[in-house]
Amino acid sequence: MNRRISQVALVALVLIAALIVATTYWQTWASAGLAAQQDNEIQRVAQFSIDRGLIVASNGKTVLAANVKKKIDGQTYYFRTYPSHELASQVVGYSTQSRSRAGLERSQNSYLTASNADIGTILDTVGDRLKGTTIKGNNLELTIRPGAQWLAEKLLRGTCGAAVVMNPKTGAVYVMASSPGFDPNLMEQSDGYAKIQRTTSPCPPETAAPFLNRATQGLYPPGSTFKTITAAAALDDGVYTPESTFDDPGYCTEYGKQVHNALDQSGPEAFGVVNLVEAYQHSINAVFCNIGQKLGAKRILQEAKKFGFYSVPPLETPSDARSASGLYLNGKLFDPSTTNGYSKVDPGRLAFGQDKMLTTPLQMAMVAAAVANHGVEMRPTLIKEVVSPGGSVIKRLHPHVLRQATKPSTAAALKNMMVEVVQAGTGTAAQIPGVVVAGKTGTAETCSCNTVYDAWFIFFAPAQDPTLAGAVVVERQNDGFGGAVAAPIARQLMQALLPAASNG
Amino acid sequence: MTARNRELGYLIAVGLLTGLGFASVYIARQAVIGWGSLTYAAFFMALYLVAHFVARATVPNADPYLLPITGLLTAIGLTEIYRLGPSDAFKQGLWVVIGVAAFALTLIALRRDYRVLESYKYLFGVGAIALLFLPRLPGLGETINGARLWIHVGGLQLQPGELAKICLIVFLAGYLREKREVLAQGRLKDLGPLLAIWAATMLVLVATNDLGSALLYFGIFIAMLYIATARLWYVGVGVGLFLAGGIVADREIPHVAERVTNWLHPWTTHTVYCPSSGTMELRQDCQSYQLVKSLYSIANGGFGGTGLGKGTFTTTGGTPLIPDVKTDFIFSALAQELGLVGISALLLVFMVFVARGMKVALRADDGFSKLLAAGLTFGFALQTFTIVGGIDRLIPLTGITLPFVSYGGSSIVANFMLLAGLLLVSHRANSL
Repeated sequence: MNRRISQVALVALVLIAALIVATTYWQTWASAGLAAQQDNEIQRVAQFSIDRGLIVASNGKTVLAANVKKKIDGQTYYFRTYPSHELASQVVGYSTQSRSRAGLERSQNSYLTASNADIGTILDTVGDRLKGTTIKGNNLELTIRPGAQWLAEKLLRGTCGAAVVMNPKTGAVYVMASSPGFDPNLMEQSDGYAKIQRTTSPCPPETAAPFLNRATQGLYPPGSTFKTITAAAALDDGVYTPESTFDDPGYCTEYGKQVHNALDQSGPEAFGVVNLVEAYQHSINAVFCNIGQKLGAKRILQEAKKFGFYSVPPLETPSDARSASGLYLNGKLFDPSTTNGYSKVDPGRLAFGQDKMLTTPLQMAMVAAAVANHGVEMRPTLIKEVVSPGGSVIKRLHPHVLRQATKPSTAAALKNMMVEVVQAGTGTAAQIPGVVVAGKTGTAETCSCNTVYDAWFIFFAPAQDPTLAGAVVVERQNDGFGGAVAAPIARQLMQALLPAASNG
Repeated sequence: MTARNRELGYLIAVGLLTGLGFASVYIARQAVIGWGSLTYAAFFMALYLVAHFVARATVPNADPYLLPITGLLTAIGLTEIYRLGPSDAFKQGLWVVIGVAAFALTLIALRRDYRVLESYKYLFGVGAIALLFLPRLPGLGETINGARLWIHVGGLQLQPGELAKICLIVFLAGYLREKREVLAQGRLKDLGPLLAIWAATMLVLVATNDLGSALLYFGIFIAMLYIATARLWYVGVGVGLFLAGGIVADREIPHVAERVTNWLHPWTTHTVYCPSSGTMELRQDCQSYQLVKSLYSIANGGFGGTGLGKGTFTTTGGTPLIPDVKTDFIFSALAQELGLVGISALLLVFMVFVARGMKVALRADDGFSKLLAAGLTFGFALQTFTIVGGIDRLIPLTGITLPFVSYGGSSIVANFMLLAGLLLVSHRANSL
C-alpha cells in the first residue's frame, strides 16, 4: 500500500504546487494588465490615497484645484475640491471618485499623482512607500493670470464664446476662457454631471456644452480675420505689395454671381481704388475675393498650413480636447491637397474666411502671435512650472519655436496693416490710450439668415514690442460685428494684462 | 528531544509570529483598532498550549509538526479576519475554542484505540448521507449563494457537509480495508454498497448545488479506492465518469453551466444577459464579479504585497469590493496583503501539512489506519486545491472554505477533528 500512498501524496503535493505557479502568474505576469482594467476599483481607491498635487494660477496664490482630507475606515483619502469654482474650468478639468477626468487633471495625472518618470519624483515616492507615509503629488503652476482670466469669463458671461491671450514671444497662455463654464465641484454630486449638462444655452439653437473648451475645440468660420492669412500668402510670394492697388466695385463676381461686401465695413458701400493696406483696414471682401481667385485655394491653404492649420495645436490639455483648423466637409477635416478636391473649394470666399473654413480661437491667437513675433510661431503652453512637494522645480516653461510661419518682412507689413485696422478701420473699439494696438475684426456668417454672426477679434499689443497676442470670439450675435462685440472685450483684456505682461 | 517538546518549541515560534501579525495589523490600522487586539495573540497562545497539553497526555508520540502548522494556519486566518472585520474575529476566535475542544474530546475519547471506529463504518456512511441531507429538510436548511448547505440550530449557522466529509472518509477507510481484496477483482457485486453510498452522496451534492464538495468527495473516493486496490483503471474510469458527468451537468444544470462560463470567460467586451439584475451587463459586472474582483485583489499584491492591514478591500465609500472575502475568498485578501512571497510561504505550509499527513499514513501499520490518514490528508489537500484553484482560475470556482484559514465555524471544528485523527494514527504508529 505504501507505494500507492506515496503516489497519491505526490499528486496532492503537485496540486498545491500548481497553486503556487498559478498565483505567481497572477501576481507577476498578469498583474500590470489587471491593474489597467477599467473596473479595477483597487486602482481607483489607490489614486485617492495619494495627496494629489495642487493646481495654482500664475501668481502662485489662486488655487484652482486642491484636496480635502477624509478619513474612512482608518484610511486617509484625498478628494478633489476646486476653490475657484468656474475659473478656467475647462482648462483645469476635474478628477472624480469614479475615476473620470478631464482637462489638465487628466493629461497631467502622472505629475499630479507623482507617477511621472522624473528621477527625483521616483526617489521621493519610493522613500514615501518605504516609510509608509502618504505619497504627495507634484504641484502645477499655470501661466494663467487669474485676474484677466476672471475678467474674460465675466465679459463672456451670458454668451457662447471664447478668449485666448498669450505671450507671442514665449507661448505662455495668460487667458483661456470658454463660456459657458461649469463648477467642477458639482461633478462629485450625484446628479452633478446631469446638472452641468442641463445648463441653459445662451446661444440657441447651439447647445450650452459647458464641458467643451471652446478655445481649443470650438470650430468657427474665421470670417475676415482669415484675411490675415490671405494677405500673408499674397505678400510672401511677392505677387503683391502693401501698395498694390485694386478697384473695389462693391462686389466680386464668383461663378457669374455677385458677392457683395460685408456690412461691417467702416466706409462706403464701394471704395473705388484702394491699396492692400486699405482693403485690409476696411476689410473689403471684394478685394480679397479677387486676390483669392488670383492666388487659388491651393496657395491660400498652403499658407494656412504654415501657420499651423491642419494640425492639432500643441498644448498640455488632452489631445482630444483640441481640434485642428482647416476646411471641414460633412463635419470632417477636409484637405483638398490629398484628395485633389480643389473643385469643392471656392477660393474667392475662402480668401475672406468663409466657405467651409473653420478655426479654433487658439489657432487664430497663434496667427496673431506669429505676426507679432516676426513671423515666428511659438508653442502655446499653459504650465509655467511643475514643482515637487519638496519645492524643487521638476519642469519649467521653455519657450519653444514651432515654425517660421511667414517671412519677417511679411510679418512687418501685416503688423502695419493690423495697426491701421485699430487706428482708423473696423477695429477702433480696441484702441487703448498710450498703447499702439494691432488687430483684425471678423464677422462670420453662421447661416444664410444674414443677421446672426460669430464676432471675432484677433490682436496684439503693444505693436512696437508685443507682449500680448490673442483672439476673442462671441457666437451667434444678432447683427453682432467683430469690431463692436469682440474688439471691446479684447481691449479690456489687454488693459488688464498690459502693465504686468512685460515681467512674465 | 521528545516529539512533544519539539512541538512546544514550534508552538512558541507560532505564538511569536501571531503576535507579530496582530502587531502589524495594529500599527497599520491603529486609527480603527486599539491595543486590545494584541490580547488576541496571547489568548491564542494559551489556547494552543491547552491543545498541546492534551496531546502530551493522550498522544505523546504523535507527529510534532501537525499541531503547530494548524496553529500557524488558524493564526494567519484569524489575523486576516481581524483585519477585515474585528467583530468577526471574535466569533472566529470562539469557534477556534470550540474546535480545540472538539480536538481534545476526540483525542481523549479515542486515546486507547481509535480503530473501534472501523466497526461502526456503515453508521458513518449513513451518517455522512444524513448530514448532507439535513439542509434539504424544510425549516432547518437555508440557501446561501444558490447552494443549500446550511442549517440553523438555535442562533447558529452550521454547514453539516464539513463533518460529513470526515464521516465519509472513516466509512471509506473501514469499508475499503475490509473489501480491498475482493474489490481488486473488479466484480460488480462487491462494488455494490460502495457505489450506492457514492451515488447517494453525489446525488445529494448535485441536488444542493454544492459542486465544490462534489468534486472534493469524488477525489477522496478515487484516491482511497486506488490506494486500497492498486487498480489504476478504477482511477481512469472514475475520472472519465466525472468528466462525462461534468459535461452533462454543464449542459443540463444552469448553475453548473454558469460556473463554467465564468471560469472560461470572466471578462466580456460586450454586454450579456445578467440573471441577477435582469438587464444586459458586462459579465465582469455581473456573474463573474466576485472572481474578477478577487483576481484584482491578488494582482494588487504583486511580489511583496501591500503589508498586513494595508490592502484595499473597500471603495472610498466603504463598500466591500469582494463579497464573502472572509470565507471563500480569504486567499485573495491574504495574497494582496502578503504578496507572492507571503502567499507562496502559506501554500508551502499547506504542502508541509500534506507531506506530514502522508508520512503518518506511510508509517501506520494497518490498512484502516493507512487509509484513514491518507484519506484525511488527501481531503485536506484537495479542498485547498478546489478553493484556491477556483480563485486562481485553474478550475471553475466553487464556494468551499480554505482549511483552518477561512472564516466559518463548521469548517474549523471539522478540520480540528481531522487533525485529531491524524495525531491518533501517528501516535499509534510511532508507539509500536
